[in-house]
Amino acid sequence: MSSGFKAKSVSEQFATAWRSKQVRLGFTMTLVALVVALLGPYFAPHAPTDLVGTAYGKPNGDAWLGYDLLGRDVLSRILAGGQSVVWMSISASLIAIVIGSALGVAAAYLRRKTDQFILWVTDVFIAFPDLILVLLIVSLLGREHWLIVLTVAIAFVPGVIRLSRSIALGVVTQEFIEAAEMMGYSRTQILFKEIIPNILTPLLVHLGIMLTWAVGMLSGLAFLGYGVAPPTADWGLMINENRAGLLIQPIAVFAPVVLIAIFSLGTNLLAEGVGRVTARIEER
Amino acid sequence: MSNVATDKMTDAADDAFARGQPSTYQLPSWLPWLLGRLASGLGVVIVISFIVFGATQALPSDPARIILGPEASEQAINVLRQQLGLDQPIYTQYVAWLGEITSGNLGRSIDSNVDVSSIIHARFANSLALTLTVSLFAIPLAIVSGIFLALRRDSKVDQLAISTIVLFKAVPGFVLAILLVMLFSTSVFQVLPAASLLDPSKPALAQFTYLILPTLTLALSVVPYLLRLVRASMIEAMESDYVIAARLRGVPEHNVIWRHALPNALIPAIQGIAMTFRFLFSGVVLVEVVFSYPGIGNTLNAAIEMRDLPMIQAIVLAITLGVVLINLAADLITLLLTPRLRTASKRKLKKKRAEKRFNKASRSAA
Repeated sequence: MSSGFKAKSVSEQFATAWRSKQVRLGFTMTLVALVVALLGPYFAPHAPTDLVGTAYGKPNGDAWLGYDLLGRDVLSRILAGGQSVVWMSISASLIAIVIGSALGVAAAYLRRKTDQFILWVTDVFIAFPDLILVLLIVSLLGREHWLIVLTVAIAFVPGVIRLSRSIALGVVTQEFIEAAEMMGYSRTQILFKEIIPNILTPLLVHLGIMLTWAVGMLSGLAFLGYGVAPPTADWGLMINENRAGLLIQPIAVFAPVVLIAIFSLGTNLLAEGVGRVTARIEER
Repeated sequence: MSNVATDKMTDAADDAFARGQPSTYQLPSWLPWLLGRLASGLGVVIVISFIVFGATQALPSDPARIILGPEASEQAINVLRQQLGLDQPIYTQYVAWLGEITSGNLGRSIDSNVDVSSIIHARFANSLALTLTVSLFAIPLAIVSGIFLALRRDSKVDQLAISTIVLFKAVPGFVLAILLVMLFSTSVFQVLPAASLLDPSKPALAQFTYLILPTLTLALSVVPYLLRLVRASMIEAMESDYVIAARLRGVPEHNVIWRHALPNALIPAIQGIAMTFRFLFSGVVLVEVVFSYPGIGNTLNAAIEMRDLPMIQAIVLAITLGVVLINLAADLITLLLTPRLRTASKRKLKKKRAEKRFNKASRSAA
């Protein structure tokens, strides 16, 4: 737990974290996935929806990764298919952290009825296993991208509330908050100048861990068919589309599997590495 | 890491180990807590039933039209709507629905017009077989290796194991499933079936080859979480004041480990096991789809595709009810196994402390 007073600034903590091997490895893997996903579309040799070869065709000089079930170029689809999972997982995690920490800090700072009510609502939502909750909402309300992002964020919010509430409780009861109250600072000032700076680092670490979950959940949803609509290229969807040809053209499945794995592993290593280093700093 | 808490823990642990339990029997002091917990659990279930019912009612499409198809006449649709009770006000529908559900009548599947419970029954048995195999295999493995690694903290084995399991923790379950299929069924070894085409006339457990890959996938994705939780909480216990006190009193080291540290270290693991089941219920959907395993996850996925209302409602309700019951059981077991929680007088204090320990352990596990 934070010892209160002026902890090291967030940028200082991340500078220290950069010295850890795990953090650098995680950062590199995340960067690789991000570059493929975001810059890939500009380098794709073919349009991702063009039929350019034979169904489940083997790799050759023209198509390094072979062809998929309809004879589309796997490499082009890989390069074009990462965008949606990247922006959707990042925005879902960001929305979850903003809503969740606002409610969590409110619960910790306002106490009493607000606290009890917020906790009870999180109890209700925690009873839904997250994927089931998302499937329920998405299947009923539709498959628009913003809706999927929002539901994934909602599934993550209870976890963020619990975490931010327990961290904020540790800060709120510190003497410097009491001192600030006595000095006549308003609640908003205390919230933004005293509480939030002191809980920012663990929340950022949690943001990274949530990103891993979001990648898993969103690519899983795409795999089940609740994401990007079929002709468009998408890593999760590609796994499902080409599953039947696993014996003939395994690369069409293996390539998106590897990219999803790199992205989720990278974000996880990065977040946990930073978390471990900053926790060590605070213990000192 | 407050000293007061650990001091109390020392006292409680010493009391429990040195003197044993008091022999006179009283009405358990945790009874009011249990009743309160049951009431709040019931409240959660009721709210969940609201959500499940309300969410499925918010469907943009009309189930009657789905059944009869787009060419059906307006009149036929109205008749069917009446038969299904869809013309009633929403609260009447809710009360009627709740009454049916609680009396065990889950309704007819809109898709196949067969009784929902008759379909779900077999599928639940299959999923239960899978989940139980996973938990019987994964939970002991995670606990034993968590303790093993904690006792060899920072050794080569520990470092290697901790960095390897991150791989399984971070990579999504269905991706792991595909990789295992490629490794064992299609590309490298070709020894195990890639799809779990269970023979419905035999119980799932009797067809074990079909269970191996789904079990392995789910186990690999849940073991890391529980293992790290147990490891972290065992490390904390081994560094606690009561272990130091026991050592200073000259208690032999194996007694310190097995009788003082271990029982305390395992208490957060109970909440961890409850969490593991929650992960399993989510993970099982995707893994069942990958392996075409005829379980509840596959059924739910198909029902959602067909917008089969009664089926979705029944499955989601059953799963969430399961989670609520597991959480309740975990809270109760935690309470009964923690002497200072069992005997403390204030209810709120108990819950707070139990939560605090779990939070602390899971944070240091993360």
